[in-house]
Amino acid sequence: MAGSQHLSADVLVVGAGGAGMYAALEAARRGAAVILADRSLIGRGGATVMAQMTVAVGLDDDGLDHWEHHYADTLKAGRGLCDPALAQLLCEEGPARIREMDAWGVGWARENGKVKRAFAPGHDRARCVYVDFLNTGPAVSKTLRARLNATPEIRRVGDLHVTSLAVQHGQCVGAVALHVPTGDVVSISSRATIVATGGLTRLYQRNSASLNMAGDGYALALAAGAELVDMEFVQFFPIGHLAPRLIGMDPIMWDPFRYKLGGRLLNGAREEFIHKYGGVDEGRYVTTRDLVTYAIVKEVAAGRGSPHGGAWLSFEHCSEEALRAAAGPVIDRLAANGIDLTRQAIEVAPIAHYHMGGVKADVRMATRVSGLFAAGDAVGGANGANRLSGNAITEALVFGARAGESAARFSNNEKAKADPSAFSVQTRALASGAPCGFNPAAGIEALQATMQLDVGPFRTEASLKRALERIADLRREAAPAKPPAGRPFDTALLDWLDLDTMTRVGEIVARTALARTESRGAHQREDFPGLDEERWHRNQVVTP
Amino acid sequence: MKAVLLVRRGAPGQPPTEERHEVPFEPGQSVLDALRWIRSHRDPSLAFRYSCTNANSCKECMVRLDGKTVYACTARLQEREMRVEPLPNKMLIRDLVTEIAPPDERL
Repeated sequence: MAGSQHLSADVLVVGAGGAGMYAALEAARRGAAVILADRSLIGRGGATVMAQMTVAVGLDDDGLDHWEHHYADTLKAGRGLCDPALAQLLCEEGPARIREMDAWGVGWARENGKVKRAFAPGHDRARCVYVDFLNTGPAVSKTLRARLNATPEIRRVGDLHVTSLAVQHGQCVGAVALHVPTGDVVSISSRATIVATGGLTRLYQRNSASLNMAGDGYALALAAGAELVDMEFVQFFPIGHLAPRLIGMDPIMWDPFRYKLGGRLLNGAREEFIHKYGGVDEGRYVTTRDLVTYAIVKEVAAGRGSPHGGAWLSFEHCSEEALRAAAGPVIDRLAANGIDLTRQAIEVAPIAHYHMGGVKADVRMATRVSGLFAAGDAVGGANGANRLSGNAITEALVFGARAGESAARFSNNEKAKADPSAFSVQTRALASGAPCGFNPAAGIEALQATMQLDVGPFRTEASLKRALERIADLRREAAPAKPPAGRPFDTALLDWLDLDTMTRVGEIVARTALARTESRGAHQREDFPGLDEERWHRNQVVTP
Repeated sequence: MKAVLLVRRGAPGQPPTEERHEVPFEPGQSVLDALRWIRSHRDPSLAFRYSCTNANSCKECMVRLDGKTVYACTARLQEREMRVEPLPNKMLIRDLVTEIAPPDERL
């Protein structure tokens, strides 16, 4: 039998990655009493801590750049589908957030006292700030955690897995959560709630996701009455690590190597191939992610892949000194894995990395549900059909700050208090259930395989319909098998909850991908190649 | 090829048990890979914690491996018996999970 507890706050922030932490700080700065909850540990889970290098920002202090140039590149990369107001917010407010992080001691890499900026694909100039070596995400997380620790208005609660939002009279009044270490059911009343749970890339078998990137925020917001937008657009990072097996390294690790050293992308016959698909490689890192993903998958399909089904990435022409200057101690970690880049190429392949879609929000980060806000990758729309490299952390910080500000303001004006009945249905649902033979961890693997194969970088009507059937089957199998809350660290319950969320969200991705009968950015339909501007120069909105 | 994990299980106040699991072995795999394989193929209730899976950035997957504290995601699986236990100096929650959250970040 599950125990129960109740918490309350002015502002509840769900998810403690970059966006959630920034939102909590901003709400507290404006006088709100904040609860910052995460299903994992505070500032440890999520995508931010895993980021290795680039943060795109149009810094104009030295006259070399301006946010408007960054904005133009963001719109261009988005293939006509960016929400212009959100994209502008991201680019215009980026410099203030990057300078604030600088003042807080994040340690952006510098040269002659100036913040260094790397060139990244899709940008018209060197625009991406970073922290050496491959340490951007950990440094951002650590800096925000230090600020949180010094902010007594923020109560941080880790291992608290929010499973539903509470809605009363059309207004979001808090949430219901599972306290993971005890299995207790917790209700949280809040005047304003921010969903900052990141994206959905864990839905895919090959991903760069952490455990908590299962689309939680999309399912939470949709069930509470909010809309979702652009759900069909999943970004595949083209050169995720494929082989040989490395441990202790994020699969996105080759990105900073390419920023700094170029590197050559080659097919199974060790020939350059990006130019055959309208891009440029020539040892430079300039072609956008959607095009490189397309090129690699096409080469593999034509029988010209590397042995494990990807492409070769070679730094064999680089000297040991150049490699060490670029990657520092990471070279030693590679050596510990038996890799010497001066002597061998490695294999790379597309890997689910980011989701352009998400909760539909305006520039205040407000959803259409009163009292419910979103922040960071959980927000859809700013990046259209394809995200520009480096925009994700900028988005986390900018949207986080804006959501914190809006939620604090909303909570100031909102004096209504939730009555306990707002939580009763969902607390009962979480506590109820009957364990049976179903293995939800295996169910998650089955879903990931289906999403990878049939809702991946290439889609057809047949593959998407097959995926929808498989997802429906999985939901049918899982439905009667929910374990009841009440057990300490109940992995079967946690996996069951994730499978429930992941199948709901996966179904939406497949359904919106099926509807979009064209190819645009990260959404490529083999049966509908090319843009259909007349019919599809528009965003798809999913309503509850 | 097989690796064998001897996994300490149990909750606070219970006498711990040791379970033996044979796990398919591929060179280059981590101990965390093997624990995840057990959960999805043998026993969905085996409790261990991790977040980032392979990047060694979340630092949540610390366990004792043959008496030494390691990150399960960076400890290489080997073709032999390997003993996996929870951290001895932290409060046990269940199986391999211990209370590692900072005290002011707990409920």
